[in-house]
Order: sequence, then C-alpha cells, then structure tokens
Amino acid sequence: MRHSIVIKDKKPIQEIKVIGFDVYKIREDFPILSTLVRGKPLIYLDNAATTHKPQIVIHNVSNFYATYNSNIHRGVHYLSEFATRKYEIARKTIRKFINAQYDEEIIFLRGATEAINLVAQTYGKKNFKEGDEIILTEMEHHSNIVPWQILAEEKNLKLRVLPIDDNGELIIDELQNLINSKTKLISVVHISNSLGTINPIEEIIRIAHSNNIPVLIDGAQSIQHLKIDVKKLDCEFFVFSGHKIYGPTGIGVLYGKKHLLESMPPYQGGGDMIKSVSFEKTIYNDLPYKFEAGTPNIVGAIGLAEAIKYFESVGIEYIMNYENQLLNYATEVLAEIKELKIIGTAKDKASVISFVLKDIHPHDIGTIVDMDGIAIRTGHHCTEPVMKHFGVPATSRASLCFYNTKEEIDQLANSLIKVIQMFS
Amino acid sequence: MDELSELYQQVILDHNKDPRNFGILNDATHIAHGHNPLCGDKVDIYLKIQDGKIDDVRFNGSGCAISKASSSIMTTILKGKTIEEAKELFEKFHKAVTSDLDDNLDIIDLGKLAVFCGVREFPARIKCASLPWHTMMNALESKEVVTTTE
Repeated sequence: MRHSIVIKDKKPIQEIKVIGFDVYKIREDFPILSTLVRGKPLIYLDNAATTHKPQIVIHNVSNFYATYNSNIHRGVHYLSEFATRKYEIARKTIRKFINAQYDEEIIFLRGATEAINLVAQTYGKKNFKEGDEIILTEMEHHSNIVPWQILAEEKNLKLRVLPIDDNGELIIDELQNLINSKTKLISVVHISNSLGTINPIEEIIRIAHSNNIPVLIDGAQSIQHLKIDVKKLDCEFFVFSGHKIYGPTGIGVLYGKKHLLESMPPYQGGGDMIKSVSFEKTIYNDLPYKFEAGTPNIVGAIGLAEAIKYFESVGIEYIMNYENQLLNYATEVLAEIKELKIIGTAKDKASVISFVLKDIHPHDIGTIVDMDGIAIRTGHHCTEPVMKHFGVPATSRASLCFYNTKEEIDQLANSLIKVIQMFS
Repeated sequence: MDELSELYQQVILDHNKDPRNFGILNDATHIAHGHNPLCGDKVDIYLKIQDGKIDDVRFNGSGCAISKASSSIMTTILKGKTIEEAKELFEKFHKAVTSDLDDNLDIIDLGKLAVFCGVREFPARIKCASLPWHTMMNALESKEVVTTTE
C-alpha cells in the first residue's frame, strides 16, 4: 500500500475541547444525525449548502399546522390572531438576534437570493442611472452577481470587481481604486461559500461610507458562524437565509436601514402590502408589510425564530470557539494527505474547506465518499469566477458546523485516501 | 461486486487514466460542444464523416472519470460505424444507463457499453456518462449549439 498514513489509528494532532459544550449531547438534538445513509452512519459535511434542523424547529413547524394553522394579519378569529402574534414575535426575535433598531427593518422573504433581488429591483431601480457603477468581489456567489447583471443590462450600469489573491483573500487595497463618483453601491459577501474566507467587512464599510457609498452584506454564510450586529456594522443592507442557520427552507431575511426601506418602491404588488386599493389609486402599506405581498411563509418565520432561539441557547461564543477548533483540526488532518491541496487559505476563515485531490475530478470524489455515508459538496459551488481564479473546474468542499465531530473528519480523511488509492 | 466497484470498473478507470482518441481532429466534418453546468464537465466531439460513415472520431475536454471514460469508450466503438449504426448505439447506451434497476439488460448485446450499467445506481452521475453521447448526436446533426445536460 502506497499510503502509510492511517489517520484513524494515529494520535490526534490536537484535542477539540470547549468547556461547557458537549458535541455528542448537541447531536442528540438533531434527529437526522442518527440516520443511516447507504447503511452507514451519516457524516454530514455539507452545512454550507444547508444545515440540519433541531427537533425543536421540526416540532414548532409541525405544531403550527397541527394547532394554529391560519392566515395572518386579517382574521379576527382566535387562530389568526394567535398566528399573527407568533409571526410578529418571530420578527422581533430576529431583530434582536442581529441587533437591528426597529422590527420593521426585518423583511421576511424567501431567502438571501430574493433579498438581493429585492434590493436590486427596488433600491437599485430607483436610485441608479446610466453609467453608474456597482462594486462586487471576485468571490461572490452567483446570487450576488446575477441580480446586479440583470439590473446593469436594464439600466446600462457598470459592474466593477474587487479581485482576490491566491489565498482567497480580497485585495482590499484595490478597493479605493475602484471607487469613483459613479459608485452607487458595494455589495459584498461576508463569508465565501467556496473558500471560507471571512471578509473584512468592517473595513469595507468604513471605506465605502467615507465615500458616501451604501453597502449590502450577503450574510448567507456568516449568520450561522459569526455574531452579527447590524447596528455596529452600520451596513445599509444585510441578507441571509433561514435554512443555513438550522431553520426551514423558503424563509430568509432582508435587513435594511429604515429610512432606505421607506424610500424604496414596493417589490411585488398584492395583498398585505397595501393600505387601500381602488382602480384609481392604491396606497401602499407601511414597513415591513410593503415588501411582504401575499400570504408570507408564516411557518417559515416561526421556524426560523425557533432555530435562532436554539442557536442562542447553544451559545454563539461556544459555537464560534468549537467550529474554529474543528476547522484547525480538519485543516491539519487534510494537509497530511500529500495529494490534497486546499483551495482558500485565508488567515481569517470559517469552517469551510475546499480542496482538490490531484487530478481526480470532484464528482468522482463525491460519489466515492458518499458510499461511506459522507456528504460533501462537489462542483463550482455557484462561484464560477472563483473556480476560474484558481484554474480548477470544480472543487470538493467539506463545510463543518458545531454538530460535526473530530471523528467525522478522520473518517473523511480515510475515505479520501481510499479515493486516491482507487485512482492511482 | 458492490455498487461502487460496479460504477468504477477497471475498464472505466483505465480509460480515465489513458483516454483513447483524445484531442482535436483537424479535418473533422462535424463538431459539437457539450457542457454540464452542474459539475463543469466539458466535452468536444469531432467526427470525420465520409459517405455516411464515421471515418474518424476524437474527443477533447475535461471531466470526471465517468464522463472521460464514456467519451473514450464511445470513440473506440464509433470508428467505422455508419450514421445509422451510431444512432442505434446511442439508443442502446441510453437504455443501459437509464433503464430501471430491475430490468435485465442484455449484457452481450451491449458489448463494451455494459460497463456503464452500474451508473444506473447513481442517478446524479447519469449525466456524466451521457454527455458525450448527447454531444455526439448533436455533432451528427451538426447543431452549432452547446449541448447541455440541464
């Protein structure tokens, strides 16, 4: 056998220990973690795609349908009033969680993607004119590229791109050079889903504001890993998806500064977003309802609030500490496989590890480790410009969260060694 | 044989490592480009057709082991075949990778294509195996469009 390292039997590089945090106890909160996949215990390392749901979220989602299913904001009957209250309490929970000033700055939408589209199609459409410029970065997810491209095509805008270096860090010194009098917005991802890089958004916001430019932060990958305080950040917009922070799919949040949201035209027309309608004139509703046309994802909002309460009960400090140790451990273990190259080696990283294994295609890797019950993501991760930068068509990605264990990382390493042997 | 070794049979691993008829065919008469946006697989199929017969065939591009082996094996089979025969082979291949798992396939009739039967166990990988064949069909019809599996 060519590979002499057998990680399973070797002494761990380091212990992962966070006092007051017991990962094995945490795992009991997530029913899916005890299921078998292809006859093997599930090792779920695809948390950047979506996270699993704790029992308390599952219970609250089904409990809504079982005990108080009804439509909100219009019924005078008991169930409707109860559901309305739960929905609005959910908004408050989220407002407190990200430390926004007002409840009405929290808009419930389908997810981060819809939130970015909303800002593009309302704020952007109203305020940007021909020749104006929007700054994005080379590491954006397609969802923070395409909505701006659609708008740019419509209004003849220019998209400018802040480049990354070979560690996968933004070349922040270039930002000032990209800014000019036509720059109308900087829209930047907080944590890269394909590289794991944590971007210095405080610095970006500071530079932007010193040039009077508003900033949108795509928090799809940061909401579940970092403490978010929109007041402290002072960003104009912050977007995230519920399913990446242990909540249901189909629910997400747009945070926007109140005066900006108030100045923006509605996104969609329909019920709930109006005060009065006649064929001559419609008066739009106040925030946040102006942006929540139609029956919203009521149970999604309630489920998301429960997920956030659960997340806070585990404790963000514990989570950050544990995930950071997990990342360090995984990085060290994977680095021992000499055929493996990590893509994305920023100094400040979240627990996301993209890698390539010699010239073995990630799709083959994904299928083979899946046979060991290991779920990783393979492909371009909706960040084709990043793949282009590193000259690879795709990568394999293990994205970890606080219910993952050291043993699962060892299993991944063992499985990857099997892949290498198969292709050698 | 377990599912995994049925998917990654020695023949497939061998064609992946040492692909046959790989490269550009300068005097091709029919060319098509295939792309699987899901995983980034890209394949170009070059056919040199004379008097209704495939005189030469090559493929170029990048992709996973399954797609590369599928391209490679396809080129070895197609050389010397008529257009009609190529279309029949496409049907045969298509059946091999998409038929129900319970269906008993005629392994002898499938010949070299039989190695792809294991792909049926992995629905996400069927597109990897079928991209070169779909691209070849487009080349036959000389559609100047990119074939995608989406």
